[in-house]
Amino acid sequence: MAGSTPASLTAERPAPAGIAAGVTPRKKARFSPGLEAWRRFRRHKLAMASSIILGLIVVAVLLGPLIWRVPINEIDFASKLDGPSWAHPLGTDDLGQDILARLLYGGRISLAVGFCAMLVAAVVGVMVGAIAGMSRGSIDAALMWLADLFLSLPQLPLLLLISYLFRDSLTKILGTQGGIFVMIVVVIGGLRWMQVARLVRAQILSIREKEFIEAARALGASSFRQVVRHILPNALGPVIVAGTIDVAAAIIAESTLSFLGLGFPPDIPTWGRVLFDAKDTIDIAPHWALFSGGAIFLAVLTINFIGDGLRDAFDPRRVL
Amino acid sequence: MSRQYIIRRLLVAIPSLLGISIILFCVLALAPGDPFSEIAANPAIPPEVAASLRAKFGLDDPVWLRYLHWLSAMAHGDWGFSFASRINVDTLILQRLPTTLIVIGAAQLLAIIVALPVGVLAGTRPYSVFDQIANTLAFIGFSLPTFFTGLLLIMLFSIKLDWLPMVYNAELSSTGWTWLWDQVKQSIMPVMVLGLFQGASLVRYVRSAVLDVVRLDYITTARSKGIGERRVITRHVVRTALIPVVTLVALQMPIVFSGAIVTEQIFRVPGIGSLLISAMLANDTPVIMAVTFVFACLVVFFNLIADVLYGWLDPRISYR
Repeated sequence: MAGSTPASLTAERPAPAGIAAGVTPRKKARFSPGLEAWRRFRRHKLAMASSIILGLIVVAVLLGPLIWRVPINEIDFASKLDGPSWAHPLGTDDLGQDILARLLYGGRISLAVGFCAMLVAAVVGVMVGAIAGMSRGSIDAALMWLADLFLSLPQLPLLLLISYLFRDSLTKILGTQGGIFVMIVVVIGGLRWMQVARLVRAQILSIREKEFIEAARALGASSFRQVVRHILPNALGPVIVAGTIDVAAAIIAESTLSFLGLGFPPDIPTWGRVLFDAKDTIDIAPHWALFSGGAIFLAVLTINFIGDGLRDAFDPRRVL
Repeated sequence: MSRQYIIRRLLVAIPSLLGISIILFCVLALAPGDPFSEIAANPAIPPEVAASLRAKFGLDDPVWLRYLHWLSAMAHGDWGFSFASRINVDTLILQRLPTTLIVIGAAQLLAIIVALPVGVLAGTRPYSVFDQIANTLAFIGFSLPTFFTGLLLIMLFSIKLDWLPMVYNAELSSTGWTWLWDQVKQSIMPVMVLGLFQGASLVRYVRSAVLDVVRLDYITTARSKGIGERRVITRHVVRTALIPVVTLVALQMPIVFSGAIVTEQIFRVPGIGSLLISAMLANDTPVIMAVTFVFACLVVFFNLIADVLYGWLDPRISYR
């Protein structure tokens, strides 16, 4: 770029390199957007506490079944509906199965569904948003109309309808666990991409007009390269926040499906499914419902707080 | 507000209703399983009869023609016949719809009554102790899934305290004032579950809307004129801050309907949500399709109301 004519007024200001050179001798050596976001995130106490709790939940769910080696389907009618004891820290259910083991195992699936559904929603949303944002005119209008349409779909009835219609054939193709897992992830993700798409489009519309994009365009970068290398990294903050909230929403959606008896079958004890099984005996065995519902609540609450902390961390307008 | 504006919004609602009907029909058409497979498999029915039956119901027509047939049948009020209940689907839905609308309406009312004062107080004193408590409670409120709150309330008020009936009874034997009292008693828990969940997310919207308005210059002007703080808040801040909140209340309707399905299922409220679940468990496809479509229509209808109200509250919108 040597020898190019200064085209804008900003070029006449002292070169940014000079300011940077003036700063470097100071102690503050390391500085990056990521570190800055981390510094802001640490200020949000509830979000920090939530990260620790959620981390513990994830570790427990991943490693727990290796340490707590009680089988999830060991039926023992002698000790059915027992409250918490040393043999069964969270009690037993109506078949005498250990609730702790079931919750640890089911938590893997509940959390995996939430995370995978978020990934589906984020990928679809980023793609739709990027296409809409970069193509002006009719494609943009059509995609945004589609997003509005999906936003006005009744989510839960549709979720129930699809899982009702497609459950049998998918379990035939992919097996019980895999089929239902794929279906629930795709459907929940497929009904939640709109928010991300709108965010990405809005970000692209504003970033696209910035000077550094103009520079990239002048250097001959294709629209694909402009989006992937220059625009999306700058638009990532809100997408991460929306994605975090989506994990919580997907966990709730899966639990709701299972709670209504239309999600995972009884041999896959996701948290919602355990709660569904527990709801008929809440008068004699309240611990069963309390622990499974509490697990859902704790996971969702911590994820929501983390999302709030990330929102503060990524919002450059907030002074922290 | 001009009549033109309402007509324009109505015309916008029609394509989205059509779009939703196309999505619903696609889901149904893509679903594996042919309603006539049982007839085809039945050796007592000759193949010619099966073929003529297929031709009569138009199953071999191209998809778009089937869609048009289905759409015109829906528009004519010919919604089919419920296999399980042995009555027409439209009468079945009309029997159930008022209960759902009353529960949802009461819940929204409760949500607004709770969220409005709390949100306004939190927004006018940002980062105060009250604001932080309200914010934390709001987070807990919308992280508690409705199915878990429902069970918790039943445990507390029906089992522990024995104050309220556990399930909703559609045919109360009492009359007069006792009937009204029983009706109120059995509606408290479903309405609380839905209303507090809605209210929790509404608090945050109200708070941020108030925060946006409080900083504006005309509020400073009002204060400098010597108007009392209370009057500034009620007359100047709240009136403007409520405009986006009104839209949000209507846009939250899809979530309310999802919550209504769960609550009706827990408390056995005879509304269309529990009708949907029981129809799914009984494989009653005409009812499932019709209820899903009714939910979609209600969502579009409330979006329309949101638009019209928005135009009425903020005249700048309707002249654009």
